[in-house]
Amino acid sequence: MAMAQTAVEQQAPAGAEAEDRAGSHRTGALLRWGLPVLFGLIILGGWELFVWYRINVDGISHYNHILPAPTTIAVALVEDWHILAPGWLVTLWITAQALFWAVVLGVGLAIAFSLSKWIEFSFFPYAVVLQVTPIVAIAPLIITMLNDLDTALLVCAWIVAFFPILSNTIIGLRSVDHGLLDLYQMYGASRWRVMLDLRLPSALPYFLAALKISAGLSLIGAVVGEFVAYGQSPGLAARIVEASYLLKVPRMFAALVLISVTGILLFLLFSFVSNLALRSWHESAVRRER
Amino acid sequence: MAEPARAVDAASEPPLIALERVEKRFANGTLAVTGLDLAIGRHEFVSLLGPSGCGKSTALRMIAGLGAPTSGRIRWPGHGAGSRPARGEVGFVFQEPTLMPWARVAANIRRPLALIGVTGAEADRRVAEALEMVGLAEFARAFPRELSGGMRMRVSIARALATRPKVLLMDEPFAALDEITRFRLNEDLLDLWRANSWTVVFVTHSVFESVYLSSRIVVMTGRPGRVHADVPIEAPYPRSQAFRMTEAYNGYCRTVSAALAEAMAAPGGGT
Ligand SMILES: Nc1ncnc2c1ncn2[C@@H]1O[C@H](COP(=O)(O)OP(=O)(O)OP(=O)(O)O)[C@@H](O)[C@H]1O
Ligand SMILES: [Mg+2]
Repeated sequence: MAMAQTAVEQQAPAGAEAEDRAGSHRTGALLRWGLPVLFGLIILGGWELFVWYRINVDGISHYNHILPAPTTIAVALVEDWHILAPGWLVTLWITAQALFWAVVLGVGLAIAFSLSKWIEFSFFPYAVVLQVTPIVAIAPLIITMLNDLDTALLVCAWIVAFFPILSNTIIGLRSVDHGLLDLYQMYGASRWRVMLDLRLPSALPYFLAALKISAGLSLIGAVVGEFVAYGQSPGLAARIVEASYLLKVPRMFAALVLISVTGILLFLLFSFVSNLALRSWHESAVRRER
Repeated sequence: MAEPARAVDAASEPPLIALERVEKRFANGTLAVTGLDLAIGRHEFVSLLGPSGCGKSTALRMIAGLGAPTSGRIRWPGHGAGSRPARGEVGFVFQEPTLMPWARVAANIRRPLALIGVTGAEADRRVAEALEMVGLAEFARAFPRELSGGMRMRVSIARALATRPKVLLMDEPFAALDEITRFRLNEDLLDLWRANSWTVVFVTHSVFESVYLSSRIVVMTGRPGRVHADVPIEAPYPRSQAFRMTEAYNGYCRTVSAALAEAMAAPGGGT
């Protein structure tokens, strides 16, 4: 009985099977996007209901100033957009610049390290020092030391974004297949040739993984810097500090939402870039055949 | 037109490659080969045969200049100018395909050509030719991960052939192939070897393959490896498939198999 059934299953025409697989692929995508959205809606609904309950049943009329309901935050986002949007652009600009310099210096230094042990031994410990020092602790120093606030914020964001790119790229540059190194050695290839043909391509997956992390960290660094600067900055985080002085709690939340959304968008953007660059050859991005 | 095996005329001139009391101990203490003496003449086709782990790959790598012996030395007395061959003169087919996963098949074959200064139309021609030879012409634009294990190995062979090396070192190049493809590539390899006067050092686990191809078979002992038996195969070239049916062929297979069985029973060279 069981055997007969397997035989029938195995005889299923190839067309039907392909259709079935495409179908399961579609359900997969639906689950992937549908489930988190559904979960989010449930949480937001519960939150909304909770705030409504506190105000209307428990009679705490100012509860929206303790924990604003999602709808209240949405309203604040729209009403205060003229205040939030310019700040948002400023923070985004700092984040982008910091990430740019983290990539340039991180990759540049990683290449220098892998070309020369002298450079690596001299500088790497200091790169680690940068990494392990809490940014909140040195942000005030940086801000007082550098007269220009924009530069100070840029440095804060850069410090946190820099290390993952440096350390991942170093590992990536070293992760070349030794067989390929042997091959290049046999043909007397120069160190630069090996760098261009073997090391840089091997490092690409590692670098892209770091980029995803560093994009978020760069945003965090910029926000931390702005907080420490006590609202002197024109950025978005400074608007949060400012709103808290003014007791505009919904606006604080609206700004927070904007920061989170930015972080998520950055992550998605670099996931997309990474996938695009690796999908034809790297196991992490290639769909597994089944 | 039959001609005698080339090992015969190799005896008069100095060997192309000479391994003298070569020993290799790895960083972890493993003694891979010891007391390895081996002279390879110009235009010889030498097969290395021996139990798994006896140091065949290690020996081949040292000949290629990858990893120096811990004692003893490797000389190139028969090599005219300079003591060591120039780059591009030695080709190596590694035991693993060793392809760049991010580069397409054609690009993988082209890269060593660029390293020895062959570019442009000439490189294109050689890539196409090499792919044709290993039967992968229609996979030029595939990525290595889209190929089977045997196909990847054939790309690796094509990569070495495209550089037209004077000395070809091959580490079990046909191990992953079906008999038919293997026989065809065996013949192609022999044709190339004869036409271009290459010197080939070939590692294999197949007694039959080694007898069919070689002008000489070197049987190594178990680890640490050294030479156990040195069997010249004095059958004339060109060897057609008919050679596989002859009594001489069977006789050599029996001799080499016996030598291999002995070598496996014998203690390693070091003790
Ligand atoms: N990098 C290494 N470090 C330490 N030991 C090694 C290394 N490479 C090889 N060996 C050891 O040296 C010995 C010889 O290895 P080798 O690869 O030359 O064997 P082989 O004759 O080619 O075997 P096979 O036929 O299985 O390919 C093995 O016993 C192995 O354990
Ligand atoms: Mg081997």
